[in-house]
Amino acid sequence: MTPTTVRIGSGAGFAGDRFDPAVDLAARGDLDDLVLECLAERTIALGQQRRLADPDAGHDPRLHARLAPLLPVALERGTRVLTNMGAANPVAAGRAVRALLDDLGARASVGVVTGDDVLDVLDLGAPALEDGRPLREHGEIVSANAYLGADAITPALEAGAQVVVTGRVADPSLFLAPLAQRLGWAPDDVDVTAAGTLVGHLLECAGQLTGGYAADPGRFDVPDLAHLGFPFADVAADGSATYGKLDGTGGRLDRHTVREQLLYEVTDPSGYVTPDVLLDLRGVRVDDAGPDRVRVHGARGRPRPDRLKVSVGHRAGTRVEAEISYVGPGADARGRLAADVVATRLAGLPVAPRIEVRGGPEDARLRVAARGDDPAVLDAVGHEVEALYTNGPAGGGGVRVHRTPVLGVVSTLVPRSAVHPRTTILEAVGAAA
Amino acid sequence: MRLHDLAHCRAGDKGTVATLTVVPYDDAAYPELVRSLSVERVRAHLEPWVAGDVVRHELPLVYALQFVCSGVRGGGVTVSTALDTHGKSLSSRLLAMEL
Repeated sequence: MTPTTVRIGSGAGFAGDRFDPAVDLAARGDLDDLVLECLAERTIALGQQRRLADPDAGHDPRLHARLAPLLPVALERGTRVLTNMGAANPVAAGRAVRALLDDLGARASVGVVTGDDVLDVLDLGAPALEDGRPLREHGEIVSANAYLGADAITPALEAGAQVVVTGRVADPSLFLAPLAQRLGWAPDDVDVTAAGTLVGHLLECAGQLTGGYAADPGRFDVPDLAHLGFPFADVAADGSATYGKLDGTGGRLDRHTVREQLLYEVTDPSGYVTPDVLLDLRGVRVDDAGPDRVRVHGARGRPRPDRLKVSVGHRAGTRVEAEISYVGPGADARGRLAADVVATRLAGLPVAPRIEVRGGPEDARLRVAARGDDPAVLDAVGHEVEALYTNGPAGGGGVRVHRTPVLGVVSTLVPRSAVHPRTTILEAVGAAA
Repeated sequence: MRLHDLAHCRAGDKGTVATLTVVPYDDAAYPELVRSLSVERVRAHLEPWVAGDVVRHELPLVYALQFVCSGVRGGGVTVSTALDTHGKSLSSRLLAMEL
């Protein structure tokens, strides 16, 4: 029988998110589904590089640490868990989850969604959306992943998977898929699809809906950030939803926190594009509905786009960042003198470093940063800052020099016919096929 | 008075495009924000950090203004040499604006 409402929770909003709020939600939240969104744009390009070095790597390195305490609690209560921690290697991630469940003696089946990796079939002569230049002109391409939609996730749910692991899918689709499957929404019903997409959009950053990333002491006070509770939504069959968080958790959930997240990263409120729908936010209303409860309704939709967005990762050289501090009387002037010295010393370099003095009058930190391909040039940048110890202004201290390989990301569009999502179900050892 | 006295703000980023969501603490202050935060004034205030166009969307049902800023200086999150590669701190830059 189709339920009247579904409760879906958000257990992670990025790869670096806290572990414990999801466990608390699973234990006390009476959830139907719990989604862990852990895959930023660049993360998959980084994962692809790890996978090249080790065929079993490339998924989220915290997968085990995040899921080991969570899955026993969630599965015991019948809560499904969906996550994009598969990153650049969903198959290996699925095997890791299977092994974890086997260790726990859990019979739950794992669904793995693949097909987002289109590197082998992508036309590298196609223009990047960002600048119109062919993709290959941006540097060595290391990854290309299509944003799959809810329709790529549904088969795993229909097959009874209780844990679903994906690579690149659109973040809201991770939420829309279980909602649509439980509430019986048809993919071509654009308004409920838009409403479910809005649920995903509001929940996908987890604590950003419940007062995380909002606190501003004296203006926007948020209680007990150290124990920020993550949100859930009670979603009705018409797609309207009431958002909440668990009693006893920190944070705050009200029209202010929800309004900020409603428009987060939205460049066109009349048509927020996902693989599932064009979401029109202009008619959405956000109203307080009690302590830490907010009601949201009014999403409208237009049919999904014909093409899928592909996120393309490319090598973009190395970034060097070098810093030194000056404190006490005249710190700012000494910092600026150090900046002048470095600028003079680096004037002949083929890269133009960013040179800035940060901080206040009595606590100044010179920061020099550059990006390039030539290791000797980048080394010179760090070296000149280090040399300020004995060649620069008085009292310089705390030199740090960091070098980081840089991956750039551009995007392009491909026809849906070029992308073939697949589902693999990993049953417990000894389970009937 | 600064915008910080009237409103809170969140920045989001999409490559070299930054979104800035401005919401008044008091819903009744929304019309004042619509009057004060013209595209021209916001673009002038953000000029050190934003090179391109600023587009404003009004969302009166949720008492919010959305500014979409193109050409964030430094190249965007993936290749920027800025300390805050995302441009996350643009929200606080905007709140420093005098009204």
